[in-house]
Order: sequence, then structure tokens, then C-alpha cells
Amino acid sequence: MSPADLQQLIDVTYILAAIGFILAIKWLGSPVTAKRGVLIGEIASAIAVVATLCNPEVSQYKWIIITLIIGAGVGFPLGLVKMTAVPQRTALSHAFGALSAALIGIAEYYVSAPNVPKFQMAEIGLEVIIGSLTFTGSIIAAGKLQEILPQRPITYKGQNIVSLTVLAAAIGLMIALVIHPDYTYLFPIMIGVALLFGIMLVTPIGGADMPTVISLLNSYAGFSAALLGFVLSNKVLIVAGALDGASGFILSVIMCKAMNRSFTNVLFGAFGQVQPSAAGAKEERAVKSASPEDAAGILAAANKVVIVPGYGMAVAQAQHKVRELYDILTKKGIDVRFGIHPVAGRMPGHMNVLLAEADIPYDRLMEMDQINGDLPQTDVALVIGANDVTNPAARSDQSSPIFGMPIIDVDKARTVMVIKRSMAAGFAGIDNPLYYLDNTMMLFGDAKKFVSDIVRELSGGGH
Amino acid sequence: MPADFISSLFVFILAAFLGIELIKRVSPLLHTPLMSLTNALDAIVLVAAIIIAGRHETRLSTILGLIAVAASFSNMVGGFVITDRMLGMFKTGKAAKKS
Repeated sequence: MSPADLQQLIDVTYILAAIGFILAIKWLGSPVTAKRGVLIGEIASAIAVVATLCNPEVSQYKWIIITLIIGAGVGFPLGLVKMTAVPQRTALSHAFGALSAALIGIAEYYVSAPNVPKFQMAEIGLEVIIGSLTFTGSIIAAGKLQEILPQRPITYKGQNIVSLTVLAAAIGLMIALVIHPDYTYLFPIMIGVALLFGIMLVTPIGGADMPTVISLLNSYAGFSAALLGFVLSNKVLIVAGALDGASGFILSVIMCKAMNRSFTNVLFGAFGQVQPSAAGAKEERAVKSASPEDAAGILAAANKVVIVPGYGMAVAQAQHKVRELYDILTKKGIDVRFGIHPVAGRMPGHMNVLLAEADIPYDRLMEMDQINGDLPQTDVALVIGANDVTNPAARSDQSSPIFGMPIIDVDKARTVMVIKRSMAAGFAGIDNPLYYLDNTMMLFGDAKKFVSDIVRELSGGGH
Repeated sequence: MPADFISSLFVFILAAFLGIELIKRVSPLLHTPLMSLTNALDAIVLVAAIIIAGRHETRLSTILGLIAVAASFSNMVGGFVITDRMLGMFKTGKAAKKS
């Protein structure tokens, strides 16, 4: 076979791979076909990689094989992390994806520098900027999620202006390189500035905004791969990058809608320093607290229960105890379902994965819109470690920073139980009027311990 | 503007529109596996990394290419493994009782 024929054959495998990727996402659409989607994705990737290894341009396999083994050695354990660690694993994988795209762009640049055609210089420059800022941004996000870095937003005066100036500087350097290709020393400066911007982009964003940030970084990582496809005229990279970029983009839009905020508001509006006034009012109002025995009694007498989990459930690792509660209530003939807010947790779909891990059937996991209509007919709404997503101020209080955010209407249930460590405000620092309602009972304590106390009461008989 | 650019843009726009239509249909139940799967698919930049590393044009390009090989293959392996694990956990009421 001539090299030209071989090249064509490799291109055909890339087309097959692109078809496989599209089918993979199509089949992931439903839990019934999702596993098939992963399989076709694996086959498609394997075909493209094997074909590439046969490319006559590739010689000396020793180091490629060694680095493949290193990659597998790093990637495999990262595929086995606990479900609670999935958000930081995801952030880390965005970092790796962006890193490889950026490094390939950098390598392409130095192979032909300073004789880089203007148009290609613009492509490489943009690709390397996006790849670099996604790399550092994702590392910071992973650090926050792993709690190595503080989760609270870190802000200072004039931050947005400084950040935007840094971004403008990176783009300015890219334009300078397009105009003066022989100023090659500008290239590493551009990379450094883009890396710095990535850090500045994510540092001011706090815990509850993480689902949006992870989705955005996902989108950037995808688009940097697609841009690399433009640089190398490699269509399979363009297809995979466009799919990944589109996926991250749609998830970001869904997350923003679920918080009733715009992209710019998430990226540039710090959420943490609002509402000094609410603090004074809350001490005067009384809350009703209840013991595990009281809670167990009310649950046992219910017909319909809706459990609303949040990040607090993940932190307390309470999902397996919640499963026990689900089992024991279901056995008593009580209808138990879960109401999942799109931004509950630290990444899109986080709660679903945790509850599925605990063996709760997925047909019991309801989206916000599905469950809200049923809440007025619900006997008990049990909130575990969720706060802002159940805050009725979002519906009624125009002065609230979360006004307009769609919430799970737990306050419409006959009885609301809220498991919470203390009366401290949630991430957003916003007081929650839910806690002072007549039909609300506060269950103070660690989520895992409290749920297991309720389970013990329920299994101890008496009802 | 190179001729390649237009055909690349063509592919990109079609793929992005198709991606938007497909991803809108993914149940919110599966948003976490969706993210890890698209991440694994995105790791196909491995093919570009292999070519850069295998061409041996300059020492720098080879080293950067090899790092990219390790980083992207790690994503490919890890992404598929975790997506498969997560999907294995999603069971309907009947299946969950059997296990």
C-alpha cells in the first residue's frame, strides 16, 4: 500500500470514529441505552488511535508506548475514585484535556516558528490561550473541590477590571504575533498571561457556583480541542471538540437557568458578600426543632415522602443511610421519591450519581419540574443538606439575591423536615425563611448520624 | 484564508449543531456521565499527540507531544472507566431488587 493510500485509509477510520462519537452521545441520552453508548465510544476511539499508530510519519514507538503506559497508570485510578470525588476528578480531566491541546499547539508553533503563516498563527494563538487558561482554571477548580483551596470566593476590589485587562493582554500578544511573526519571544509571555488569567477566572468563584464553572471549563476544553483540529486540519478533533464544547455549553446554560443568573453574573458577580441585613432579623425568630423519634413518628405516619438532597448529603457521606431510610419507608408502603434540583451538589447530575451509587432506583429520582406539582399533596418533604435550592425567598422576596431562582417547593408540603448542622446560613450567606415556617421542623445534627437515628427508630418497631 | 479553514469550519458548525440537538435530549439524570463521556471522547486529541511525538521534528516538539500523549490517554482511560462505572449504578426498581 502506498503512503497516500494508507493516509486515506487512516482518514476513513477517523470518519468511522466521528460516527461512533455521535452515536455514543445519542445512546447516552437514556439510561437504557447508555452503556451501549460508552462501548461504541471506546471502539471508535480505539480504531482512531490504532490507525494513527500505523501512520508512516510516526516512528520510534518506544517513548510513545512508555507515555501511553504512564497515561493509563494515571487515568485508570482516576476512573476508580469514589462517587463523592467525581466533581474534582472531572475538573482534573478538563485540566488534562486542555493541557494536551495546549501542548500540541505549542509544539506546532515551535516547529515552524518564526515562519508561521498569519492565519495559522491566529488559530494557534487562540487555541493555546484557551487551552492554557482552561488548564489553570480547572486546576484551581479541582483544588477548591478537593478542599485544598478555600471554597469561598476570593475577591478584591477592582478584580473584574484587573482580570479583563489580563485577558486583553493575552489577546493583544496574540495579535502582535500575527502582525510580527518574528517576535517569537512574545509567545511564551502570551502563554504565561493566559495561564494567569485561568487562575484569576476561577479563584473568585465559590462552591455553589461550581456546577456552572465545571460546565464552562468543560466547554472550553472541548473548544480548545476543536481549535486544535483547525490548526492541524484534523476533522475528528473538530467533531469530538465540537461535541464536547456543545455539551459543556448546554450544561452551563442549564445551570445558569437553574440559578436564574447569566454567564456574566456567575463569572464576574461575586455572590458571597450580600445580605448583611438578614443576619439581625433571624435571631428574633423562633424555629421548631425535633428529635429523631419525632421525625420517625411523622415519617411512619406519612403516605407520600419527598427527599430533597443537597451538597450537605455528599459532605456527610449520608447517601447510604438515606438508602436505608428509603428501604424501610418503602417497605411500610410509603411512596418515597427524591426531588433533585439541577444545581444541587457540585456538578451537573451530582446527586443522581450519588443516589444511584447507593442503589436507589433511578425511576425514583425526579427533576425539579416533575416533583414540584406533587409537593402540595406530599405529607413530608425531608431536606438533607440542601439550603438555597429550597429557599422560598426566591419566589417571594424581591430583595433576596436569589430572587427568581427556580426552587423545589418543599414549603408546600404538609410537613417540612430540614436536617442541618446549625442555623448558620448556607453558601450564599442568605437567610432561609423556610426554617421559620409553622410546618417546618428543624432536625439539628450531622446528616449521616441523624438519618441513621431515624432509621433505628423506624426499625425498632412501635409503628 | 487557507482552503482547509472553510471545510474545517463546515465540519465544526455541523458537529456543534448536531451536538446541541443530541445533548438537549440527554436526561438530567445522566448529566454527570455525559460530562465524563464527552471528556473521554475529547481525549481523541491523543491522535494528534501521537503524530507530534512520533514525527521527531524537534526535541521540544517530541517532548511536548509525549506529555500530551500521557495526559490525553489518561483522560481516555479514566473517562471511559468512570462513565461505565457510573452507568452500572443506574438501576430501575426491578433491577435494583434483583441485585
